[in-house]
Amino acid sequence: MAMTMTEKILARAAGKQSVAPGELIMAKLDFCFGNDVTAPVAIDEFEKAGFDRVFDPRKIALIPDHFTPNKDIKSAGLIKQMREFSQKHGLDWYDVGRVGVEHAFLPEQGLVGPGDAIIGADSHTCTYGALGAFATGVGSTDLAGAMATGEAWFRVPETHRFDFEGALGPYVTGKDIILFTIGQIGVDGALYKAMEFTGSAIRALSMDARFTICNMAIEAGGKSGIIAPDEKAKAYVEGRFRRVPRYYQSDPDAVYEKTYSWKAEEIPLTVAKPHLPSNTQAAAELDSVKIDQVVIGSCTNGRMEDLRQAAEILRGRKVHKDVRCIVIPATQAIWREAMDEGLFDVFADAEAAVSAPTCGPCLGGHMGVLAKGERAVSTTNRNFVGRMGDPGSEVYLSGPYVAAASAVAGHIATPEQIGAPAAPVARRQS
Amino acid sequence: MTTLRGRAWTFGRDIDTDLIIPARYLNMKTAAELAAHVMEDADPTFAGKVKPGDIVVAKENFGCGSSREHAPIALKGAGVAAVIAKSFARIFYRNAFNTGLPILLAPEAVDGVKQGDELTVDLATGEIVDVSSGVKYQAQPLPPFMQELVAAGGLLPYLRDRAPAE
Repeated sequence: MAMTMTEKILARAAGKQSVAPGELIMAKLDFCFGNDVTAPVAIDEFEKAGFDRVFDPRKIALIPDHFTPNKDIKSAGLIKQMREFSQKHGLDWYDVGRVGVEHAFLPEQGLVGPGDAIIGADSHTCTYGALGAFATGVGSTDLAGAMATGEAWFRVPETHRFDFEGALGPYVTGKDIILFTIGQIGVDGALYKAMEFTGSAIRALSMDARFTICNMAIEAGGKSGIIAPDEKAKAYVEGRFRRVPRYYQSDPDAVYEKTYSWKAEEIPLTVAKPHLPSNTQAAAELDSVKIDQVVIGSCTNGRMEDLRQAAEILRGRKVHKDVRCIVIPATQAIWREAMDEGLFDVFADAEAAVSAPTCGPCLGGHMGVLAKGERAVSTTNRNFVGRMGDPGSEVYLSGPYVAAASAVAGHIATPEQIGAPAAPVARRQS
Repeated sequence: MTTLRGRAWTFGRDIDTDLIIPARYLNMKTAAELAAHVMEDADPTFAGKVKPGDIVVAKENFGCGSSREHAPIALKGAGVAAVIAKSFARIFYRNAFNTGLPILLAPEAVDGVKQGDELTVDLATGEIVDVSSGVKYQAQPLPPFMQELVAAGGLLPYLRDRAPAE
């Protein structure tokens, strides 16, 4: 029977020859994890239910990233609870100075990989679809059950295919592709579905850009996002993944419930306006929107390529006098690489601040919370009411090029609007 | 299963988990702490006015956004007895079952019920009665697997019961 990649992974995890959309399965998990918001609740549930051991300490990680470095006494208590549980049950523990934002950290450290069936108690767990894995977000009780049994139940999702052919325009990135997609189909346009991204424009993207796309599948209501693993994915995984990768491809005659086809060159530099990721508009049309803050980072856009894109715009320029610009490398390794590459000099010269890795401002936690009436351009994934601070503040979502250009302009701007060259360096070189 | 009775609190579409419980309160995890801030950014007066047994009625995609189980915990903690919606975001759907917050898919009820109406909900049959208007609605039945989960008392008891004996 012809199957999509997602169906093949779920069939394997359920110990079946094949599965079909709508089928309920109990799947063996290759990895499960939570963070400092969700794991403490999972630990409480795990212990309350009377479980006294985890199914496999090598396949579980509790990652402190949302409110770290500990922002207050309550957060410190949550993270201490995670550390003690990890130590008690023999899980590897990653603390500040070694860790990073979970969805950048887990692939980087090779803890998740191709063909895996993964649940994470965080909605952006769908990020790992970029590796050709089935990965989906769940709540704390599901994580508690997974830590105890190594299993989770799923309804096999229908797959929607999103095909992008052709070449992207200058400065147009993976973030623009996913914001454009959500703008087209809405925040519940792929509710409960697996979103499979295909086409020459997707194959041309770096792994960092593919993580960005799959990261935001949840913002269209998707259960998961996935991209077929190719040579780039294999190169990323080699020497990094701690288990044996399984590379699945969708069958040519696999059944897709819906297929969308777009031309890559028609995707503009895109911004999602308050207060939904689907509320999109071309960045070039928003230059009257004045801003107070720019955040460049997060599980969506805090990887090396993102920081290089921001640095390319900020090099030789200054952040506007009325704007604060906060750059947050997503992991300790990215932070180190960015420093070694001289990007911190670029950011410092531009008068942007560089933070330790954290989710921080993305969810209004710390390290850049907005006051009432303040407005930010952010490379994060959500612009809900109150997401970055006061319920009377506003978040505009964009990719790193637009965020950096906006920091310079003091209003939403494209690179072209601040006098950057007609195409980015990487594109002109290739 | 029981029959619920309470006042309706109506909301629009895409009520996200940041509206249900803002992330700035996620350094807390008890139902009592979270309940004090439930729906704060959608309606700052809600937490002070909601009474035990009241029922939230919302349009499409209720609970979209983050995976925080704090959302159903906060609703339950505030006394919300059930959520009726046209559709639910999938993580919220799982979390509601896992935390024992009854949720019902009943699009016609969502269109018909008005803010403050007195409702009764029969969880066994899915019958919703708007006592204020006298109109009856039928919620979609639970899938059999979800009925099994509910019968077992939630996800963890269900998993524990089927775990192989050591």
